Amino acid sequence: MLATLAFYVFSAVLIFSAAMVIVVRNPVHSVLFLILAFFNAAGLFILLGAEFIGMILVIVYVGAVAVLFLFVVMMLDISFADLRKGAVQFIPLGLFIGGVLLFQFYVLFQSWQIAPSAMLNITTPSLSGEEELTNATQLGRILYTDYVFAFQVSGLILLVAMIGAIVLTHRQRAGVLRQKVAEQVARKPSDVLEIKKVETGSGVE
Amino acid sequence: MAPLDFLADYLPILVMLFIAFFIAIAMVTASFIVGKSKPDSAKLSAYECGFDAFDDARHKFDVRFYLVAILFIIFDLEIAFLFPWAVSLGDIGLFGFWSMVIFLGVLTIGLIYEWNKGALDWE
Repeated sequence: MLATLAFYVFSAVLIFSAAMVIVVRNPVHSVLFLILAFFNAAGLFILLGAEFIGMILVIVYVGAVAVLFLFVVMMLDISFADLRKGAVQFIPLGLFIGGVLLFQFYVLFQSWQIAPSAMLNITTPSLSGEEELTNATQLGRILYTDYVFAFQVSGLILLVAMIGAIVLTHRQRAGVLRQKVAEQVARKPSDVLEIKKVETGSGVE
Repeated sequence: MAPLDFLADYLPILVMLFIAFFIAIAMVTASFIVGKSKPDSAKLSAYECGFDAFDDARHKFDVRFYLVAILFIIFDLEIAFLFPWAVSLGDIGLFGFWSMVIFLGVLTIGLIYEWNKGALDWE
């Protein structure tokens, strides 16, 4: 009963915020609505029993991808007047693409059939059989042992992404003074100061 | 176990969502009702240390924020791998433990690299 109510609330807010993403004028607002949509999708996933996907949706999509979207939006030079100017002439093209997409969905769902064996997957399959386990536990039981190779490869891919991002976007600027804590702490007066006895009437070398 | 039994575990989150929602609504409506609102042109104009605003606030952001965000995403994904590991650590034994340690070690190499490269400094 409560689950049904929660489902309707989550889906209603999800559809509303998804519509607002494309309706609102300000791109920053549409990113914020996208975040709201992600949260509601996470709620729906938890209702389905896929709590791991819900968790990942909140951590990765809301935490990281939405932040990236915000940065992209803020990096664009947005002038709202220019945005509205060209919109009208693209309406026929937009309608055409939307129509093609709608037709494809229609064809897809016309020929869509659910395999009878797929219905068995609705109840969460558990590895050991008798005990009920959460998704995260089941994933954890096989990911780090049976699929250790794929796991380590994903770690290497993340390393490559990290190094690639730095190589592509990080510039070393010349003439910038950096803090070098070790050097600054290790500096002694005797290294940089020299006390000279100056005779009257003569200069310092 | 009945199919929807596990949802009872998430009831506190739902309750918290409702409380947060109603507190937010209450704050906005209360300040809307109780607060005085007498706008005039001086109150509504942009305030920038006393002089008129130089230009629009919609600046382009520095692209270096983007690098920080990308590096953040990578460590965020690392955390996503840690969750199933943490809940199943008792079952997967020493092998699972060391496989995660190697994974973290590989990413720590990346962290050391970006630290030495100066990607975490703002210059």
